[in-house]
Amino acid sequence: MAAPQTGTAPVEIPDVEVVPEVDSAWVTIVWNDPVNLMSYVTWVFQKLFGYSREKAEKLMLDVHHKGKAVVSSGNRERMEFDATRLHGYGLWATVDKP
Amino acid sequence: MLRQCVAELAALVSDASDPDDPAVGRLFPDAYPSDPEAAAEFRRLTQEELRTAKLEQAKTVLEKLLESGGEVRLAEEEADLWLRALTDVRLALGTRLGIDDDTDIEAELDEAVGRDPRSPRVGQLSVYAYLSFLQESLVGALMD
Repeated sequence: MAAPQTGTAPVEIPDVEVVPEVDSAWVTIVWNDPVNLMSYVTWVFQKLFGYSREKAEKLMLDVHHKGKAVVSSGNRERMEFDATRLHGYGLWATVDKP
Repeated sequence: MLRQCVAELAALVSDASDPDDPAVGRLFPDAYPSDPEAAAEFRRLTQEELRTAKLEQAKTVLEKLLESGGEVRLAEEEADLWLRALTDVRLALGTRLGIDDDTDIEAELDEAVGRDPRSPRVGQLSVYAYLSFLQESLVGALMD
């Protein structure tokens, strides 16, 4: 479990709810799409996240068979960064709470 | 044909002002599909940079194709850029062609040729199939 970030970004607390947001608990999800090649997706996972071939392949197969898979987790800003990089490689990535 | 596709991609990416075009939507996907506010904010912060990157990729590939006269040799760093450009072309084409998980390209091609061999769809499907093969080869070469 990641330690809470002590970043300098201001934390916005909505005035309706008083539920503190644990900023570190976010994930990046990659969704299956009919165009991207399995080999390409595996290669992207290895390249962007430094995963081993085996891990990248497993993640790719999860995306392929289950429709989606969590590829990274951490604070929101980092997840948005990961999503952007994945979009750069043509993968369909979203950011969400687990 | 590849040159034409990349040129069309460049047009799609440089004029991303039609967010209703499904091809554009696929090239610049929503990061928060169930939170329009967060999605809009994310798009506001990232789309321009992503657009510039995709446009640069397309232009680089086009230039190399135009000067190569048919045979292209790529260094490893160039291969990365080409893979991204090829992906973008396939995504745009695939969206236009209505490719989904059940699509059998060969069968689609046969059917399209049967209906009208000179239709644009035949050309597009052929290019899509060829680019898929090209991309597969390129990834294979990088993975070894």
